[in-house]
Order: sequence, then structure tokens, then C-alpha cells
Amino acid sequence: MPLLNEKGLQEEIWRELEDHEPIPLEGDVIVPQARLEEALAAPRTGRTGVALPNTIEAETLQPLFNRLSLITVEFPGFGDGRGFSIAKRLRGLGWRGELWADGRVIADQLAYLRACGFDSARIPEDLFARQPLEDWLAAAKTISAAYQTEERAPGVASILEQRKAARAARG
Amino acid sequence: MYRYDEFDQRFVEERVAQFRDQARRRLSGALTEEEFRPLRLMNGLYLQLHAYMLRVAIPYGTLSSAQMRKLADISERHDRGYGHFTTRQNIQYNWIKLEETADILAELASVQMHAIQTSGNCIRNVTSDPFAGAAADEFEDPRPTGELIRQWSSLHPEFSFLPRKFKIAVTGSPNDRAAVKAHDIGLRMIRNEDGDLGYEVIVGGGLGRTPMIGKVIRGFLPKAELLPYLEAVMRVYNLHGRRDNKYKARIKILVHEMGEEPFRKEVEREYARLDVESLAAPAEEVERIQAYFAPPALENLPEESKAFERARTADPDFRIWAETNLHPHRAPGYTSVVISLKPVGGAPGDATAEQMRVAAEAADLWAFGELRVTHEQNLVLAHVKKDDLYPLYRKLAGAGLDSANRGLVTDIIACPGLDYCALATARSIPIAQRLTERFADPKRQRDIGPLSIKISGCINACGHHHIGHIGILGLDKAGAEFYQLTLGGDPTETAAIGERAGAGFSAEGVVDAIERLVDRYLEIREPSETFLQTYRRTGAESFKDALYAEAG
Ligand code: HEM
Ligand code: SF4
Repeated sequence: MPLLNEKGLQEEIWRELEDHEPIPLEGDVIVPQARLEEALAAPRTGRTGVALPNTIEAETLQPLFNRLSLITVEFPGFGDGRGFSIAKRLRGLGWRGELWADGRVIADQLAYLRACGFDSARIPEDLFARQPLEDWLAAAKTISAAYQTEERAPGVASILEQRKAARAARG
Repeated sequence: MYRYDEFDQRFVEERVAQFRDQARRRLSGALTEEEFRPLRLMNGLYLQLHAYMLRVAIPYGTLSSAQMRKLADISERHDRGYGHFTTRQNIQYNWIKLEETADILAELASVQMHAIQTSGNCIRNVTSDPFAGAAADEFEDPRPTGELIRQWSSLHPEFSFLPRKFKIAVTGSPNDRAAVKAHDIGLRMIRNEDGDLGYEVIVGGGLGRTPMIGKVIRGFLPKAELLPYLEAVMRVYNLHGRRDNKYKARIKILVHEMGEEPFRKEVEREYARLDVESLAAPAEEVERIQAYFAPPALENLPEESKAFERARTADPDFRIWAETNLHPHRAPGYTSVVISLKPVGGAPGDATAEQMRVAAEAADLWAFGELRVTHEQNLVLAHVKKDDLYPLYRKLAGAGLDSANRGLVTDIIACPGLDYCALATARSIPIAQRLTERFADPKRQRDIGPLSIKISGCINACGHHHIGHIGILGLDKAGAEFYQLTLGGDPTETAAIGERAGAGFSAEGVVDAIERLVDRYLEIREPSETFLQTYRRTGAESFKDALYAEAG
């Protein structure tokens, strides 16, 4: 499934665990939350990522942060915005690793996802066929500056800071 | 009033370009209808019974005469020569073509207006007191708070895909004219014992099919902490609000199901985790906004105006109008004026392009070029010299804008209902029209005194019927319209949800039923008691009795 952000398509190096597949000891794998304990207990050499549902209480994961390299948050549909708040919480709790939005998000949401702390979106093939990369790159750029102070996507300026600078320039 | 700087202007222009591109991608198939729908809704565009409807934001109900003229132009160029002012202090156009929408948005942007977040599951246009900055009883202008929230909530990355729509209202007066307790979040500006300014934060009010009065979640929130606290409330709602059933998705249901105390704890817990300082609006930004709302240059005038007194004696119609349609101003010699959009037989809140222009011109001549829209669907000129009232009145009268009925039985709120709305189960506008005809006699209206009738054409309650002294809800029973009455509703600081009176009435019978209610009130009221006071004193029984004892 294509993984992308405003810089373009990202390389797919992670493998998702199949149902009932034994935990592999090598390679970077994403495991469902239900099998996270099992995966972390295994003598693995590769990196571990976890796929979270969007009903997760982010705190429950905090103790495991230093043993994880990737978190993905499910978006069952683009209208279900819980994932945005989960990302904010995870970042607020100190998660510094990779964070993906996983599911049916649309191009017009990319800047919002990035502002909330996601690094990339991983979308289904059919959606990518309909909304090719150009759409995502263009949509990420349509609004050049935002009012919010804390949360902005890379490349999106702060209106409040622009104001401040303009005031300073006027002296 | 607030004026866009270059950054606000660029923002709305980019938003227009973004919408053009979204519409293009919808046509190319890149966006499915399902994906396009919330995007167009967040630009105020609904698909209605006969055409598209465009809802234009009028933040906290304040607009300039130039903006009003633009609204008039748009109604002529893209609609049928009129617009509909709504209970959300916005304006709606009911006959819009999808292909013209981006052009309309561009025209709006040319006068610093937009349709951003007037619909959709996001934080909607903030509403406020129409007499803000003028009212004698106000101690703090709520509009700078409204503007701060407008900016913060615009295209908010985290809160644009909420479980459901989200409405915030602010009042700066102890007398609540913004119905804050009937909003998802209501903010009442208050002072604590130390004299510091802050907000009482009320959460979980709302109308719709499950009407609820909001609960006080924080008794005193220091002014500077507003945005971080809102963020905490919104995050709890975004994470925990129900998404399995859209009729249970408003925050009122979350507060109700969690319980008030657990909800408060959850918000405070979230709040404790936030970096309050980095989320709070910078002081210089707050000051910058505040400066736009400095009062206009009012003259030092005596309280009494000789010209006003003379005209009052000379013209009895003017006297009657001035008795009902003025609102006390804090400066001597000034008053606020309510321009009623409720002529007898008219559709509540409708204004023709001509009327909009007359209102704009009156604002230029006598009211510092500024207008307000009220949630009662009227217009307000906030700062008018009493000396100027008579020429102003004459001008309004020339355009049919002189109905002397503010707050009276014919000052009816009604949603669009089955004449326009795809969700309606019954008509509301024709009921309003017949009621105003029935109660047209000005003497009778004034004898009845303050009485608000509010009509919704379905259970969604856009006409605020739950908080009308008399509420009318239009339903469908086996293919026929029928109307259920609620009594004793109240949108103010003593907010109450009306109680259902009993079995409903047919479209033919409902006007008679209301008349029986009003007659009963006149029979049993004590001297100088309003309808609501009488209802509260005597309870529902005496009124039900009048309703169902079928006249004669
Ligand atoms: C004509 C098309 C309209 C449609 C399709 C529509 C749709 C709805 C729906 C579905 C609700 C219920 C929301 C809920 O309970 O979650 C609602 C409530 C409401 N609408 Fe509308 N509406 C329309 C027009 C209007 C107009 C003209 C106004 C006035 C600006 C308005 C203001 C409101 C208000 C004040 C509420 C109650 C708020 C609350 O539930 O707390 N609506 N509308
Ligand atoms: S109350 Fe019902 S009929 Fe009236 S505008 Fe709202 S949705 Fe339409």
C-alpha cells in the first residue's frame, strides 16, 4: 500500500504481519496491538511497529515507546477524525518515532495529518488510483499559512508569526 | 469591527482556490461524492430540495455596510433577489447553482467574507450577543473572544472531522441574548472575586431531537486560558463522542452518558497534560484583535433628545415603533435599533436585495456603517443617536422595514421547513405567516407583551422551538402535516426546555390553538406579568385546559 507525504512516495520497508503468521525474528514488521506483547517478548533482531485501532487510549502504550520504532493509527474512513487526536496525544506523551495514518484518508487531509504529528499516510491502492500523487502534493500546499500556534504541517507558515514579523518590520 | 489584514485575506483567497480545485477533482472523479460532501459542507454548500443552498458566515453576527451590499448583489446575481437571515446569525441563499459557487466565494472574499465552516462536522461560525459593544448591561464585549475563536478554529487540523457539528456562543452580559446554554459550548464572560476577567464554561447544551441545557464545566476560566481549555474539551469530545449513531453524536449526549462529573474530570485531566502557554493566544494578538472592537467615536450627548421627543409626539406610528424596537445603549443619547425582518405575512428573516441596501445605507448614514444579525432573525444598528431616530425610521418605513414588533408575538423565528429543506416533515414559514396575520393588530400585540413563538419544520429544531415561550414542531402523521406545541421554553440565562403540551394540531388548527393559549394567558395573568412568568407561576395545566377544551 502506498505510503506518502508532501515530499512524495516513501519507501516501503516495513512488512505487515499476516493473520496467524508466527512472529518473525528478523526484519521490520508491523504487528497488531493484540500481538504486541508476544512480538516484544520474542528475541527479534528487526525493528517492531504496532498497528493501533483508533479507539486506543494512547497512555497505555507509553511504557513501550522505547521498544517500538513505528506506530500506525487506523482511519476506518476519512470522516472519522479520532486518529488526529490520538496522534496529538501520542506526540504529547513523548512519542518521537515514526507515526503513520493508516487507512482511507484523502488528499485534502494530508496537511492536517502532518500538523497533528503524523509523518506519512498509508492508503489503499484503489484510493491511490483515484487520487494520484499529484493530488496529494498539490492539496498539501493549497493553504500556505494557518492560524494555529502549535500544530502546523511542515511548509505551512504561522499567520500569527507572520503578523509579528510584519509588525516588527513596520517598526 | 474586525478587519482582515493581508494574512486573513490571503487565507480566504487560498480557501476559495482550494474549493475550486476540490470541485474540479469531484468532476474528474478523483473525489467521490461521499468524499466531496464534507468538503463542500465545510464551505457552506448544502444540497436542498430544489437547489443548492449556500450559507455565508457572519462571524458573531457583525458585518459592515459594504458587506451587506455585497450580500444584496449576490442575492440578485446568483439567487432570486433575496436572502434568508438565520437563527445562526448567518445568511443563506436558497437557489444556488453548484457551478457558480466558487465565483460567489470569490466575490465574498473581496469583502472579507466567506462560508468556511458554516456547515459540516467541525467548529461552526461563532455566535454572540447582537448588542455586543453597545448594550447598557454589558461589562465586556464578547466579539474579540468570538474573533479569537474564529481564527483558532478555522481549518483546525485536529477538529475538522468531529463526530458532529459543534457550535460555540459567547455572551458578555449577565442577560444572555446569545442562548449560550443551548450551544455545544457556551461562554459567559464573568469576573471572579479578585476582579479578574474570565469565562464560565458551559458544555453540552443543544437542541435537535434531544434538547439539553448545557452544564457548567468550569465556573471560572481565566481569560488567557481560553484556547487551551477549548482544546481540552474538543479533544475529549473528538476521542469519545459517539460515532455509531449520528443522532447521538453531539457533545450533549457524551456529557449526558458519561455524567457531568466524570466528563469534567476527563477534561481537566486532558487540560493538565497540555502545554497551556504554547497553546494560549499570544497577548499581543489578543490586543491586536481587541483594538478592532474599540467603541466608535461617540459624542457626548444628553440622555434625552428633543428631536426624538418631538417626533414621538407628532407621529404615533413612530412612537409605537420606538417603544418596541430600541434597545438601551450604554452611552447617553444613543440607542440600539432593531430592524425587524418580520412583517405581517412575510417569511421570517427574509430580506430582499433592496431591503439589504436600505439597511446598509441607514447604517452608513446613522450607525457607523455597521450592522448586526440577531439569532431572532432580525437586524440591528448598534450605535444610533436618538436625534437621528426619526429620519432613520422614515427610511426603514420606505422599504417595509418598520415592523414594530421586536420581542412580540409576531416576532416569530421559523426555520426554512418543507418549502426548502430536504429533511423537513412539515412547513414552518406558512404557519409563521398565518400567525402574524392573526395577531397583526399592533395594539393587541403590545397588550400581549413579550412572547416568542419559534417554529421548526422537523425534529432537528433549527427553528429553536424547544426554547420558544411557545414552540411549534411540525411533524408528519400519515402524510399530513401536524404540529406539536411546547410551552415554557427560554433561551436566556434562566434557560429552560419547553414542555410538550399534549396532542398535536393540524395545519388548519394550530393557529387557533395558539390563539387560545394567548387568550388564556391574558385571562389569568397578573398585572405586568409576561407569558413566561405566568406560565411558570401557574404551570402547564391551565394552558392545556385552554388548548384541549376546544373553543366553545
Ligand atoms: C435548510 C437546510 C437545513 C438543514 C438540512 C439543517 C440540518 C440540521 C440538522 C440535521 C440539525 C440537527 C443536528 C443535531 O441534532 O445533531 C440541525 C439543527 C440546527 N440547525 Fe439546521 N438545518 C438547516 C437549516 C438551518 C437554518 C436555516 C438554520 C438557522 C441558521 C439552522 C440552524 C440550526 C440550529 C440552531 C440547530 C439546532 C442546534 C442544536 O441542535 O443544538 N439550520 N440542522
Ligand atoms: S428544523 Fe428540520 S425542516 Fe427546519 S431547517 Fe432544520 S432540518 Fe430543515
